[in-house]
Amino acid sequence: MLLSALGAIYPPARILTSRAELAPYECDALTSFRASPRAVVLAESTDEVVETVRACHRLGVPYVARGSGTSLSGGSLPIEEGIVIALNRLNRILELDPEQRTAVVEPGAINSQVSAAAAPHNLFYAPDPSSQSICSIGGNLAFNAGGAHCLKHGMTSSSVLGAKVVLPDGELVELGGESIEPVGPDWMGLFVGSEGMFGIALEITLRLMPSADRTRTVLSAYESLEAAGNAAAKVVAAGLLPVAMEIMDKLAIEAAEGSVKPGYPEGIEALMIVELEGDHETVDREFEQLLEVLEGAGATEVREPDDDAQRALYWEGRKSAFSAVGWLSPDYIVQDGVVPRTRLGEALAEIGRLSEEHGIRVANVFHAGDGNLHPLILFKGSEEGALERAEELAGEILRMCIRLGGSVTGEHGIAMEKRAFLPEMFGEEDIEMMRRLWRAVDPAQIANRGKMFLPEEELERDEAADPDAAPSSAAVAGTAGPPPGGASSGEARRDTR
Amino acid sequence: MSVRLRPDAVEEAQEALRGHERVLPRGAGTKPALSSPPDGTVTLDVSGLTGIEEYDPEELTFTARAGTSLGEIEAALAENGQYLPFDPPLVAAGATLGGAVAAGTSGPLRYRSGGVRDFILGVRFLDGEGRLVRAGGRVVKNAAGFDLSKLMVGSAGRLGVMVELSFKVFPQPQAWATLTVDCAGLDDALALMGALATAPLDLEALDLEPPGRLWLRLAGLADAMPARLERLEGILERSGERLEGEEEGALWREVRDFAWVAEDAAIVKVALVPKRVPELEAKLEPLAVKRRYGAGANIAWLAWPGERPAQELDELLRSLGLAGVFLTGSPPKPMVGTHRGGAFAQRVKSALDPSGRFPDV
Ligand SMILES: Cc1cc2nc3c(=O)[nH]c(=O)nc-3n(C[C@H](O)[C@H](O)[C@H](O)COP(=O)(O)OP(=O)(O)OC[C@H]3O[C@@H](n4cnc5c(N)ncnc54)[C@H](O)[C@@H]3O)c2cc1C
Ligand SMILES: Cc1cc2nc3c(=O)[nH]c(=O)nc-3n(C[C@H](O)[C@H](O)[C@H](O)COP(=O)(O)OP(=O)(O)OC[C@H]3O[C@@H](n4cnc5c(N)ncnc54)[C@H](O)[C@@H]3O)c2cc1C
Repeated sequence: MLLSALGAIYPPARILTSRAELAPYECDALTSFRASPRAVVLAESTDEVVETVRACHRLGVPYVARGSGTSLSGGSLPIEEGIVIALNRLNRILELDPEQRTAVVEPGAINSQVSAAAAPHNLFYAPDPSSQSICSIGGNLAFNAGGAHCLKHGMTSSSVLGAKVVLPDGELVELGGESIEPVGPDWMGLFVGSEGMFGIALEITLRLMPSADRTRTVLSAYESLEAAGNAAAKVVAAGLLPVAMEIMDKLAIEAAEGSVKPGYPEGIEALMIVELEGDHETVDREFEQLLEVLEGAGATEVREPDDDAQRALYWEGRKSAFSAVGWLSPDYIVQDGVVPRTRLGEALAEIGRLSEEHGIRVANVFHAGDGNLHPLILFKGSEEGALERAEELAGEILRMCIRLGGSVTGEHGIAMEKRAFLPEMFGEEDIEMMRRLWRAVDPAQIANRGKMFLPEEELERDEAADPDAAPSSAAVAGTAGPPPGGASSGEARRDTR
Repeated sequence: MSVRLRPDAVEEAQEALRGHERVLPRGAGTKPALSSPPDGTVTLDVSGLTGIEEYDPEELTFTARAGTSLGEIEAALAENGQYLPFDPPLVAAGATLGGAVAAGTSGPLRYRSGGVRDFILGVRFLDGEGRLVRAGGRVVKNAAGFDLSKLMVGSAGRLGVMVELSFKVFPQPQAWATLTVDCAGLDDALALMGALATAPLDLEALDLEPPGRLWLRLAGLADAMPARLERLEGILERSGERLEGEEEGALWREVRDFAWVAEDAAIVKVALVPKRVPELEAKLEPLAVKRRYGAGANIAWLAWPGERPAQELDELLRSLGLAGVFLTGSPPKPMVGTHRGGAFAQRVKSALDPSGRFPDV
């Protein structure tokens, strides 16, 4: 029935069902979770997407929308009894209006292509996740993606003005509009970051920003990671508003030097990259102030790149850090918890202590300006029990973030990976409200079912077994291990390589 | 006769809410079009829920109870050289933090810095059943769970009663300066705005006073200001008037707090983009409605004359497909024009307020 319904919408070549065809869609960038869907459809028009959602709703078949599949939390992991709606062919930039500073794009449009299209008009699209050359605007919207330069310009949510959306029962709605200032409840703001559970964005209106006429970047070195964290807090407290402020520790630097070779200073424990942007009259003056703050904060070396090429290289070292860490370790877990910026030094010292206590290496490379940590917990998946030990450490780091008054995720989302941690951060009433919202928007519960919330039966089972059971995290790049929280056979399985 | 309720604690607010079938929260009542209850609806006065609970200047964030006056918050921030960049209106009139969020009002500075939606971090609110719900957090970045904090922006007391809010703030700029420029007319002014849209100027505010006067505001380091003003004047190719110091600040406070709106007129906010201005102007010009465009003509502020029915504006905006909201006056419904959200809005409302305790959005 499902296949004949899909056959009425798509030519056979755009319905994938064979094992080999489905393989690339079995997981996203969180490769430890895998599931093979019943079919993948390759949509080429928004009408097809709408028809597909309607068919799914009619037949009670769950679906997962997929942009580029780069989610780090299992957001685009397929549902075994459902289908995947691939949106990456819907990748046109439909309209670009420099005077209104807006662009209208299809959901599969690639993040960096929007900025490229805007560049001739001296405009750019602000959110710049490290995955920007491959990830889609639809995926960014669903996860409220961030990036190094979101410190000043805000997350994806601040750059999404409106969207045409198909709700999980096939009804079409328009949210937001073209204006930067909405009137009435901010429905668009609620839809952004809803992790694919409120429906599929079909056409998205984005806000563009004028490019600055001066950008200045400085790299500073520190004797410890904690010192770098404290320096970041001092820059914030000094009232400077950098466009980006990123920290890398020794291991992350080592990884970067092993791959893209950015030429960072040698033999240092930590570095921080701070970038200022704006009109040149202001930036040149603020830069002097920034240098003073950095020197007063104990920087052992302060370096301004010689030219744009070197600046780009410094950034490439930072932006390619995740993949570069693969050079240090066969497997890693990346977490993205947030702590108050004033407590960065303390949080980093605690991660160091936990790392030592557990005897597990942790590399740190993160958005210091907004307190968004990215500890990369290194392990060897082929070693018996290594994954579980790494997960335990990851869990302790997330709990520390909650304890310090922060969040379990700054930008990667909850999805599969942090389902078990949502109840640690929020109370029962809070989560019940979120569930109620999902049930109201998607009464048939077919949109990205199984993400964000632990399945209710599983919750009950966990409670019956052990009320204090430590939830299991699982952001593992290609590794082995049992399912977290005892996922049943109907659920996604953990990859056993 | 409407019964008034004024809780001092969250539990009292919960009880008050649960004890009544139809409820509308009210802060200080600066936006009476939004906070005046329809017939049969009681007012839940949250102005007793006051106080800044946490403010760490080094973190640039604060948490306060929803009834706290914006004046108190601005004063606490100013002591540490910080401010609310979304520039909420009606501070002097006593507007509350919860009222500013629920009304979704941002002032002229939202052009560069962003609006209420871009600074709100977290919320604790009572849903229509009186359940206390928390969403978001207190840190500047957070992607955990649905973003209900943003939904509260512009919700006009129709989706929940906020009791506590967390925000991020910015350091205050050292100096401000304003240029006003008279263009040859509306077309000339809009053309100039189009050119400014892609220029690297970091304009803090860009207002249009029709037909042709532009207000451009700069902020930042005092030392950099003369050179920036000169460069701006060069781009404008039209002579302007420079304003700085106390006079400059007072001018923008008057704009923000609607000093230009006549006593008997209602304040209405309309969302649009610059290219829609000519159509709206063509409709408003013959009606002699005083108006002003803020945030680079992304907002139109109208002073809707007291003698004109709200329905007339509703129809006018519908014919243009624009959405508006009355802040003051006594329209039958505050939302006018074409509003979006459709089935999504209805479903979200049904989840937050299943028994319809709050008025319709
Ligand atoms: C090397 C690397 C670096 C990364 N760096 C960052 C970073 O700096 N910052 C950051 O925030 N993230 C980062 N990520 C994570 C990831 O790139 C982002 O989450 C991104 O937004 C996902 O986009 P995507 O197109 O790949 O989405 P997918 O993985 O395809 O989908 C993600 C989720 O969005 C939903 N979705 C997709 N399209 C739509 C749509 N049109 N409507 C509704 N829902 C939809 C899917 O159902 C799924 O739940 C990184 C990932 C990698 C691999
Ligand atoms: C021009 C002007 C001058 C004034 N001068 C004075 C004066 O000199 N002295 C004086 O005492 N008063 C004065 N007032 C009235 C006074 O300012 C009001 O009592 C009050 O300022 C503030 O209202 P508010 O901004 O908090 O929003 P409100 O008008 O109370 O509410 C706006 C909207 O927000 C909603 N809302 C409010 N709080 C919440 C919440 N916590 N949760 C959910 N929704 C909420 C309401 O339901 C409504 O929809 C003046 C008013 C005006 C317009």
